[in-house]
Amino acid sequence: MTQPLLTVEGLKVQFATEDGIVRAVDGVDFALERGRVLGIVGESGSGKSVTSMTLLGLTRGANALFEGRAMFDGLELIGASESQLRRVRGAGIAMIFQDPMTSLNPVQRVGDQIIEMIRAHEPVDEKEARRRTIELFGEVGIANPSERVDSYPHEFSGGMRQRVMIAMALACSPDVLIADEPTTALDVTIQAQILELIAKLKDEHGTSVILITHDLGVVARLADDIAVMYAGRIVEQGPKEEIFYDPQHPYTWGLLGSIPRIDRPKPPKLHAIPGQPPSLLRPPQGCRFRPRCPHAFDKCFEEPQLESRIESPTHLDRCWLTPEQKRGNRGETIQGTTGEEAA
Amino acid sequence: MVVFVVRRIIGMVLVLFAVSFITYVIFVQIPGGDPAQRIAGKTATQQNIADIRQKLGLDRPFYVQYADMMKSIFEQKLVSYQSQLNVVGQIKAGLPATFSLAIGAGIIWLTFGILVGTIAAVTAGRLSDRLITVLALIGISMPVFWLGIVARYILSENHPLGIFPDSGYVPITQSPVQWLYHLILPWFVLAVLFIGFYGRVLRSTILDTINEDYVRTARAKGISYRQLLVRHVLRNSLIPIVTLFGLDFAAVLGGAAILTETVFNLQGVGQYAAMSITTLDLPPIMAITIYATFFIVGFNFLVDLLYAWLDPRIRPA
Repeated sequence: MTQPLLTVEGLKVQFATEDGIVRAVDGVDFALERGRVLGIVGESGSGKSVTSMTLLGLTRGANALFEGRAMFDGLELIGASESQLRRVRGAGIAMIFQDPMTSLNPVQRVGDQIIEMIRAHEPVDEKEARRRTIELFGEVGIANPSERVDSYPHEFSGGMRQRVMIAMALACSPDVLIADEPTTALDVTIQAQILELIAKLKDEHGTSVILITHDLGVVARLADDIAVMYAGRIVEQGPKEEIFYDPQHPYTWGLLGSIPRIDRPKPPKLHAIPGQPPSLLRPPQGCRFRPRCPHAFDKCFEEPQLESRIESPTHLDRCWLTPEQKRGNRGETIQGTTGEEAA
Repeated sequence: MVVFVVRRIIGMVLVLFAVSFITYVIFVQIPGGDPAQRIAGKTATQQNIADIRQKLGLDRPFYVQYADMMKSIFEQKLVSYQSQLNVVGQIKAGLPATFSLAIGAGIIWLTFGILVGTIAAVTAGRLSDRLITVLALIGISMPVFWLGIVARYILSENHPLGIFPDSGYVPITQSPVQWLYHLILPWFVLAVLFIGFYGRVLRSTILDTINEDYVRTARAKGISYRQLLVRHVLRNSLIPIVTLFGLDFAAVLGGAAILTETVFNLQGVGQYAAMSITTLDLPPIMAITIYATFFIVGFNFLVDLLYAWLDPRIRPA
C-alpha cells in the first residue's frame, strides 16, 4: 500500500437554515490512493455531493460550517485559503458535474472555457492552450475537434457536452478526478460510452477517481473500493467485491436488492426500502437507518461506529447485527426470495 | 439577417404610424383642444373662429388633416399654432441640450448602476449590501423635480454650497468647460433614479446567476474571482440591464427627461414638449411624439442586436 493521495478525517458539514442546522455530512472518513477508484454510493440527500464539493471549497458560504480535515498533497483543504484552493481546483483535483446541459457557460465558446482554465494554472499562451484543447477534444472522442472548439454549448448534445466536461476536467492533468453522477442525466447507451471513456482516461493518465453515484451498476464497472453513504455518514466501506458479495449493512442490502438483475430468477417484486430518508435536521438516535430497518433491535438506539466487524480488516460497517445474523438475513432483501440461501 | 432587419424596419414604420395617429386623435378630441378657438382668443366671434379654421384647414376631415400634418412634418414645414415658429427647427435647436443630458446621464447611471448592483450582490447580506439597498430605495423614491430643486438650492450659486451654476445650458461648441460645468448637476439628478433601479435589478439577477451550475463549474476550474465574476456571472446577468438601458436611454434622448430639462432650464426637446403640452399646441406635440417614438423603436432594434451579441443562443442561424 502506498501513501494515500487524499485523506479525509472526521469531515462534518453543516448548513444553518431557517428550520435549524442541517447536518449534511456528519463524520466522514476515507482515503484515496493513487490510481484507485473510490465509488461513493447513496441515495439523494445522503451527503455524497456535499462531501466532494467541500473538498474543493465549493460549499463554502455564510451559512456553512465545517469540521474535520482533508489532506491532499500536503495541503489541508478544509481550512485552506481561497487562493490556496484556487490552485488545487482544476489542477490538483478536478470535477465533472451531474448535468452537462447546465454545467457549461451558455454564452462562451466551449474551447474558450477550457483555454481559460489551462491559462489559469499554467503560464502558456492562448495559442498553446488552444492547441492542447483541440488535442483533448480528440482524446475524449469529439469529432472535428479543431472546429468544435469554437462551438457554443447549445450546439452540442448532452453526451457531447459531458465529453467536453471530461476534457475540461483532464485539461490540467489532475491527480484526482471527482465525477459527481457523471452519467445520471444521460441516456443509457451514452452512459456506457462515458463510463468507458472515464475508465480509459483514468488508466492512461494514472488519475485517481472519486465516483459519486446512486447507481450501483456504475460503481460495479469502475470502482476499486466502495463507500456506501446514508444520511450524512458512511455506513459501509470496503473493496468492491466484498461490498457486492458479502454486504454487511442492511442499507447496502436494500440498495443491492433494488437493482433488477438478468442473471437471477425474476423476483415477484423488486425490493424497495420502506420509508423516507431521515431529516438531517433531527437525525434519528443511534443507527440512522434504524427507523427503516426491518432487522432493528434495542441495541440500535446506540451509535454503531464504522469499524471492521468481520474477518476482512478493510471492510468496515456500522451495524450491530452479528456477521451470522447478517449473512442469514440479507438474502431475502437482496434476492427478493424467502429462501435461506445465505452466502 | 437581412430578413430580420427588413421585418424590423417595416415594424418600426407601422409603430410610428400607430403612435402618431393615436396621439393625433387624442389631442383633437381633448376638451379645449380646438386650436382655432385657442388662437382666436376669449373675445372671438364665431366668424373669427371659422376664418381661422378655414385658414388652417381645420374644417377638413380629420384624417386629411392628419395626413397633411404628417406630410408637413417630414417636409419640415410644420409651424406651431402658438408661436408660428417652425416646429422641426425648434426640435433641432433643442437637440444638443437633450443629447448632452442623455448621453452624460446615461453613462453615469449605467456605470454606477452596474457598479452598485455588483457590489451589493457580491456582498449580499452584509452591511454594504444593506446600505446600498437603502440608498437605492431612497434614490428610486425621490421625484426628479424635487431632487432637482433641492440640488439647485444646496449646490448652485448664491446658495449654501454654491459650487455649480444655477441652471441653463451652454453649448459645447461655445465652451466645453462651461458645458460640463452646467451639466454635472442635471446629469446626476437624472441618473439617481436609474442608478437605484438598475442596481436593484442587477443585484437580483447576479444572485440568480451565481447559483447557476456553470458558475460552480467555473469555480471548480480554479480561475480567479475577478474572471469568474466578469466572464461568467456579469456577462450572463447583463441582459435585463441591456433591455432597460435601451428603453430608458431612448426615452431620455426622445425628450422624456421633461422634468430635469425644465428644472434646470436646459431648453432641450423635453422642455419644448412640456411647453407645448401646457398650451395644447398640436403641431409640436405631434412632431415630438414622432421624434421620441423613432428613438424608442430604433433603440429597441439595437437592443435586439445586442442580445444576439450577448447570448449566442438567440442568434439567427
